[in-house]
Amino acid sequence: MADTPRDENPAAAFEPDDQINPLGGGAVASGTLPSWFLEAVVGGAALLALAILLVTGSFTIVLLFILTFAVALPTAYILSRLTETRRQAFDRLMTLSIVAAFGVAVAPLISLLYEVVKRGVKGLDVAFFTESARGVIGAGGGAQHAIIGTLVITGVATLISVPIGIMAAIYLNEYGTGRLRRALTFFVDVMTGIPSIVAGLFAYALFAIFLGPGIRLGIIGSVALTVLMIPIVIRSAEEILKIVPNHLREAAYALGTPKWKVVTRIVLPTALAGLVTGVMLAVARVIGETAPLLVTTGVIDSVNTDPFSGRMQNLAVYAYSEYKDPGVDVQASYDKAWAAALTLIVIVMVLSLLARWIYRRFGTDLR
Amino acid sequence: MHDTADTSTETGSTAVATDLARTTEAAKGRGAATVERMAKRCSVKDVNLYYGDLHAVKDVSMTIEPNQVTALIGSSGCGKTTVLRSLNRMHELTPGARVEGEVTLDGQNIYAPNVDPVEVRRLVGMVFQAPNPFPTMSVAENVAAGLTLNRKGISKSEKADIVERSLRGAHLWEEVKDRLDRQGSGLSGGQQQRLCIARAIAVEPEVLLMDEPCSALDPVATLAIEDLIEDLKSRYTIVIVTHNMQQAARASDVTAFFNLEAAGKPGRLVEMDATDKMFTTPSKKETEDYVSGRFG
Repeated sequence: MADTPRDENPAAAFEPDDQINPLGGGAVASGTLPSWFLEAVVGGAALLALAILLVTGSFTIVLLFILTFAVALPTAYILSRLTETRRQAFDRLMTLSIVAAFGVAVAPLISLLYEVVKRGVKGLDVAFFTESARGVIGAGGGAQHAIIGTLVITGVATLISVPIGIMAAIYLNEYGTGRLRRALTFFVDVMTGIPSIVAGLFAYALFAIFLGPGIRLGIIGSVALTVLMIPIVIRSAEEILKIVPNHLREAAYALGTPKWKVVTRIVLPTALAGLVTGVMLAVARVIGETAPLLVTTGVIDSVNTDPFSGRMQNLAVYAYSEYKDPGVDVQASYDKAWAAALTLIVIVMVLSLLARWIYRRFGTDLR
Repeated sequence: MHDTADTSTETGSTAVATDLARTTEAAKGRGAATVERMAKRCSVKDVNLYYGDLHAVKDVSMTIEPNQVTALIGSSGCGKTTVLRSLNRMHELTPGARVEGEVTLDGQNIYAPNVDPVEVRRLVGMVFQAPNPFPTMSVAENVAAGLTLNRKGISKSEKADIVERSLRGAHLWEEVKDRLDRQGSGLSGGQQQRLCIARAIAVEPEVLLMDEPCSALDPVATLAIEDLIEDLKSRYTIVIVTHNMQQAARASDVTAFFNLEAAGKPGRLVEMDATDKMFTTPSKKETEDYVSGRFG
């Protein structure tokens, strides 16, 4: 222990040079603003901005957002600088900036959802789910054929791509070594970047070789979606298999377990929830594809549940064609297009929620 | 991959394979009743171990006697764990890892070309540094994992018997008998490690390898495991890697000291002797420096 006088007061040793604390107190006593300070500043700024905009008659949500933060950022900094330390004032400034950046990031999403819901509910009625568009030229009719088509095409695509994708991921993560593994990883990366219309044309060309030009079948659309889905399934499954701890594999090997059983009985069950989540997200990714289905499954107005015969409608193409070729009642067609978009969003949202629920409910704690 | 053809003749290796197969058959036939059994002598002859280009362990020869506890001690990175993992062919699971030399179980070379590593691991069980129960399985399923994964047609009652016997053997039965169907990961660290020991002995191996089994445990749990080791040696050949020299002194009959020749050089076996002698009057200065805390 050094016996300088300064050591007798430990607090003095920590006193920062820029300590400005007009309210007094020791060196460690600071943070004099209440915990709801930032919320109060933002709320006040929002009210002020709202008043200004209403008076000038130029109210929009975007302007309100910009003005609120234009007022709140300097206000919070100055108020904090007057009562707290420089570091705390800067902390407040950065906290608000991050909140503003987050707002900018989610604003388009919220705006999009708002718009789709607002316009989509108009076209949603019981007939939308129970009737097809067969023989309908004006208002009325529904999108039952498109909903069924979307579910069938995406379902068949999932049935094809999940086994292929998961087995490929098992190869890459558990078996693959050297050049073949690197080549496969490279091609999976390339496949992830394939434009969806190219996948559609590929599937169409493949079937046109055997069934002649002009062929339109639900299964061709499924094959096109499979091309898009497989790399997504492989990537997500590979990531999940990677985080299955190696000590579990070793524990199984040490019991004299052959490799295939280690994979099927230990690795896959441990990773199951993550695999299901990955598949759900891959489905959500391809369920709204339009271009590849436009060229492969065609446009049709009546219900078709057989992917191996005849054209098949789906929600994305339905929305597109209702807008491109509206019926006699143009507004009714537009409403149905928005309703189809809303239905797609709801399906995707249900899938995502289901994926999250499965992960929480059945997920294995991998730590 | 394994350069062992020069160390075993063709007829010898065939005999090994059939013998290994027979012991496994015998193991399959063993039921719930305790059978008089002989642990196996394990000898290591001129073994060199590599990780890719890295020569990890050089020219190790040692004999591990049955029904004794053999401790492998030495500083970090000197190859103790690598040697241990070569005894049940776990070493080769690391990509790029190789083994040269001969490891025999009662005279059978486990590295002979036609010996299946899976069969070897059924004879030589292993307990790892960190407890690693399977998270998807309950306590009982964990213990029975080796049976459900690798044996067919085992009846429920027989399985229940083996689970109870193995848990009793691992001194864990009283603590978990009321929660056999709960997740294994819900147990405490010491209980999880004993669960892993129960899982390893449920398949009735001849040799039990333990890689620093107590390094993640508190002193009370460590003592419980050491008591268990003392108990198990009447039935198994036990090899234990430890960083804790008091543990080696307390729990083992024979101690083998490993050290690096020099920094960057492969590890090697310095000497191996009865534990009492190793910790009081070792024949090499290097060993004395290490066990007395003066690093050479």
